[in-house]
Amino acid sequence: MAQDIWVLGTHMTAFGRYPDQDAVDLAAAAALGALDDGGVTISDMDLLSCGTLFQANAGMGQQVQKQIGQTGIPVYNVSNACATGATALRTVIMAIRAGEADMGLAIGVEQMGKMGLLAGGARKEKNVYEPSGRFGAVMPIDGILGTDTMPGVFAQAGMEYANDNDGVGFEQFAKVAQKNHAHSTLNPLAQYQKEFSLEEVMGSPMQSYPNTLLMCCPTGDGAAACVLVGEERFATLSREQQSRAVKISASVLTTDPYVESGAMQPDVNTLTRNAAQTAYEQAGVSPEDLSLVELHDCFATAELIHYDNLGLCEPGGAGDFIDRGAPWRDGDTPVNVSGGLISKGHPIGATGVANVYEVATHLRGEAGDRQIEGANVGLAHVIGLGSSCGVHILEKSGIS
Amino acid sequence: MQIPLVDYLVLGDEPYLQANECTNCGARFFGRRNACAHCGHREFKPVRVSDTGTLRTFSIVYRAAPTIPTPYVSAIVLTDDGTSVRSNLINIEPDPAKITLGMKVKLDTYVVGTDDDGQEAVAFGYAPV
Repeated sequence: MAQDIWVLGTHMTAFGRYPDQDAVDLAAAAALGALDDGGVTISDMDLLSCGTLFQANAGMGQQVQKQIGQTGIPVYNVSNACATGATALRTVIMAIRAGEADMGLAIGVEQMGKMGLLAGGARKEKNVYEPSGRFGAVMPIDGILGTDTMPGVFAQAGMEYANDNDGVGFEQFAKVAQKNHAHSTLNPLAQYQKEFSLEEVMGSPMQSYPNTLLMCCPTGDGAAACVLVGEERFATLSREQQSRAVKISASVLTTDPYVESGAMQPDVNTLTRNAAQTAYEQAGVSPEDLSLVELHDCFATAELIHYDNLGLCEPGGAGDFIDRGAPWRDGDTPVNVSGGLISKGHPIGATGVANVYEVATHLRGEAGDRQIEGANVGLAHVIGLGSSCGVHILEKSGIS
Repeated sequence: MQIPLVDYLVLGDEPYLQANECTNCGARFFGRRNACAHCGHREFKPVRVSDTGTLRTFSIVYRAAPTIPTPYVSAIVLTDDGTSVRSNLINIEPDPAKITLGMKVKLDTYVVGTDDDGQEAVAFGYAPV
């Protein structure tokens, strides 16, 4: 049996826009925050893993070392689409489980600025047609053979669920965004902290039906970090450190297995279902045991289908689940009480670490106004198109 | 002169889509594969894909790169022989009230552009039956 791993310290910067700082500054702030929170220093770290997507070749981990301490430990720079942060965490977890480290630092960071629409290419006007690329295309196919844009791809994932299940439509998807915007008003770290009515959500500019602007996550900047420790070293720590630590009772990363339609429309369901099932087995918990869930609501359509993929609702019952208010902070299973990607923000590399920060903060009872009372088990989920899915289940320390 | 937008669109009197089908498990792929993503087999044969099918999912795209005309209807069609195809819905209003999940559609082609040599690029889409 592999040894237990604990989150000893964790920190995130507020998500938003940082025109006067760069990604190294943000990552360093998150890293130092996590070290201080855990009562340890960079000298205690046996390895560092740093995740960023858009600066994947920048040697970000080594740049952070220059800011916070060059101790010569191995650095793993990782990149895995929107699952980048979860991958950084898992890199440290695997090193500790392999016996190569007692303690390590995982960082996720992204600086996107006002990047706007992700994916979807422009078309050149003047040229001579020459087939090129894997499909022998004579021009970029986005907008001619369907869409590459993220709001559109995830809209289609949601509409496919609507095709297969009753009681799911524009209004159900919009209710997801209404909830997450409302939740964000309690989170001082959220990029946006403004409540909107259902009518305002549905009436905001359409991006890709059924996703309106208020149903899409923003681009932005931010960083988050976790100090992780294996149980042998954990046993040597102070009582105070142990009582605030949060146990990682499951850590899973999956990719998308073959499905017939997968090459045409990314399948975000099967890999999430596989990751969730494995995580529930590893942790020995079931969806009903979860005090809160932070899941990957890059778009409102995505959150709705993940209610079903993570087993939070009856099979096919995601529409009813949101209609009866189950994922609201006072409902059966609070989902995205941070405001989610839709309102807290989604600096891509940071997201998979920030979700773990959020869950850990509730389990410690330190979430302030947005605290879910009595939280003892929580789940953090991210998905990156391409695809990768990370699921972590965390449990309260139980040591007082 | 005409040229297909992509090489899996075969032009002629009755244009059709051509997939590479795994000779072991029957999985179909547009574009080349080194081995089958489903079973790992390494032999494929070209097959003609049915030109009729049903609408599996869609989105009406309003926001795209500046040179791309919007709104357009992006769709995934499941052909009658069980192959998923990504394309636009054509000859239909981009209005959710006019588009029904599961509706019958048929392959159609149209000229999408002309290059400096006068060569026409032919694209495909799916139109309501």
